[in-house]
Amino acid sequence: MAAITDRQRLAYANAQAADGRVNLEFETDEGMTLNMGPQHPATHGTLRIVVKLDGEQVLSCEPVMGYMHRGYEKLTEVRTYPQVTTLINRIDWLGSFANEVPFILAAERLMEIEAPPRAQWIRTALFELSRIANISLFVGDMALHIGAMTAAFYAFRDREFVLNQIEAATGGRFHPNFDRIGGLKDDLPKGWIADTKAAMERIRDFCDEMEILVEGNEIFEARTRGIGVIPAEVAMQFGLTGANLRASGVDWDLRRDEPVGLAWNEVDWNVITHPDGDSFARFWVRLQEIRESTRIVDQLLDGLPAGPYMAKVPRIIKVPEGEAWVATENPLGEMGYYVVSQGGLGPFRVKIRTASFNNVSVVPWVCRGVYVPDVITILASLYFILGDIDR
Amino acid sequence: MTSSLVLGLELAYWQQSILRSLGILLAVLLPAGTFVYLFLFKMVSFMQSRLGPMEAGPFGSMQLLAEVGKWIQKEDIIPEKADRLLFKIAPYLVVSTVLLTYIVVPFGPDMIFANHDTGIFFALAVSSISTLGVLAAGWASANKFSLMGGLRAAGQLIAYELPLILAVVGVVIQAGTMNMSGIVAAQANGEIFGFDGIGSPYFITQFLGFVIFMIAVQAELAQTPFDMPIAESELVTGYLTEYSGIRFLLFFIGEFAAVGAFGAIAATLFMGGWAVPAAWADLNNNIFNLLGPLILMAKMTLVGGFIFFIRFTMPRFREDQLQKLAWTVLIPLSLVNILATTILKVAF
Repeated sequence: MAAITDRQRLAYANAQAADGRVNLEFETDEGMTLNMGPQHPATHGTLRIVVKLDGEQVLSCEPVMGYMHRGYEKLTEVRTYPQVTTLINRIDWLGSFANEVPFILAAERLMEIEAPPRAQWIRTALFELSRIANISLFVGDMALHIGAMTAAFYAFRDREFVLNQIEAATGGRFHPNFDRIGGLKDDLPKGWIADTKAAMERIRDFCDEMEILVEGNEIFEARTRGIGVIPAEVAMQFGLTGANLRASGVDWDLRRDEPVGLAWNEVDWNVITHPDGDSFARFWVRLQEIRESTRIVDQLLDGLPAGPYMAKVPRIIKVPEGEAWVATENPLGEMGYYVVSQGGLGPFRVKIRTASFNNVSVVPWVCRGVYVPDVITILASLYFILGDIDR
Repeated sequence: MTSSLVLGLELAYWQQSILRSLGILLAVLLPAGTFVYLFLFKMVSFMQSRLGPMEAGPFGSMQLLAEVGKWIQKEDIIPEKADRLLFKIAPYLVVSTVLLTYIVVPFGPDMIFANHDTGIFFALAVSSISTLGVLAAGWASANKFSLMGGLRAAGQLIAYELPLILAVVGVVIQAGTMNMSGIVAAQANGEIFGFDGIGSPYFITQFLGFVIFMIAVQAELAQTPFDMPIAESELVTGYLTEYSGIRFLLFFIGEFAAVGAFGAIAATLFMGGWAVPAAWADLNNNIFNLLGPLILMAKMTLVGGFIFFIRFTMPRFREDQLQKLAWTVLIPLSLVNILATTILKVAF
């Protein structure tokens, strides 16, 4: 016990020192220090951004995270494998189902089980639905941060169509907990395919609407074009993933490049990239990705294979000893689970790689010299979920 | 003081004063309340595909009273490090300027609180004082967000006061008077190139001036796309951040009453004010003391609806973009407008 207490004390001292360093750095020099957060409307959650200002211009800034740390990596160690999915779909709470998939895939890989094709296709479809639910909210949120309140309501309204479909299939709007080792909890309900296709049609209309209302607005363009430019090499150095990386012109999508058994390779879709790397590019790429996702869902539902939705798995799930790393292209970027098993009922250790943590790390680099409103634009366009940063 | 004839009634000066005070409160609070309910609650709700308040009263029409009751009940918190005196008087400063603005707005042939010869000059000068209240609030709150909001408001005032005044200069030149009743009469009796069927409403003949005026008003009132002093996603709520309870309510009333005041000024300057074109009716008829306020309210509501429609459609400019728009586009354009008006005035 003594050793653990020492470790805790050491961690506490380290945290104090880090805080002290930030404060010292920002308090001693010229300029005004502005604490954006932990309670600030633009950080949608409890991210604290310490900004040093000269008038309205940002001299430097530093994100401070950890206000919402919920200890998921540690908590997984005292839960069985089926219990873990309940936890981890709360990491990125807007695209919950997508959080479950890589963990389940890692466990399946360790157990050498393969889910039947029907389960894989439904998984992929639900994965894309949660991506649409997540990113469509981003579209409204970005507009809201730039000051256009109305678009946010449209985003909430149309996201509901997708959430209804997720609820119809899984029983949960936000936290489906639907994925099982070896397949899915249930088959799709009757009539779901037609309803989902109608919802996808609605989402495509939403994209058109947003293109006119938000993207086509001159003020929106003036606020986002050339703001927060992240060159491709910088984006790669900071480990950005997802739409943030693709908006910098890097053609990298795990759905295409590292298929992990899901059905993305079975359908026809494009990886969207944009050469500019600015806030507008990030918005544009995400908006186009919603369209691509609706295409993917449509095609998946057309060609849904028949058969069982669950493989044969033992009643009590014990994962054999071993280590596995599975990462997928989640709504926010690359999300991966490194699962270490020692043959027990639950994982011995799980390392969760989330996209937002890396995506936010670029903030100090990209926010130098911009104005205060641009900080908000950049934060909104980088699009992070606090649960995804702090876990 | 001598007594005078108001609406055919013989009233002493003190009676007139009480009537005027009540009248100005009515003139400020009625449009403000109407605007909040009609536009902030209902129009915006329909724009944003929601219902808005539905429970308090029929279609939620009593919601505003409920809100006022809520704000009055709330604790009036003053931050520890705040400049207490400034912090306390700032909201009153903002509200009182709006009350003063209404003094020179004519509501009918005799329905005017004070018939200044330089009425429009007085209205614009007084309305600028509210920014002092905002600046004081931002400074006194001892909050960095508030301070930035206050400073932004000051910068915005300086930038947008100029196009506002220059746009009005065009109207003054065309009407040949700064008296607001005179401007109303000039529009009602005017003619457009010999056609006097609709008088000469200046939003047609002074179209450029009208556009500039409305843009500047939008900025002057700090409504989106020019709402940097509040900028709720950047500065929390700017200079309002530390206010709560009754003082917040006063700011809120000030904001919406100011929309009403500028709506009234815009309606008077560009839409003929309380009058209808002189070709339609005899404007000296006493009935216009009753109809005038209603006509003006209808026109104010149009202008207010337009202001709120823009507010809930547009994203927000950045501070430097706002300054750039004012100094490089609006001010040169309004100067051109004055020049063109002068030339046309001399030519015709």
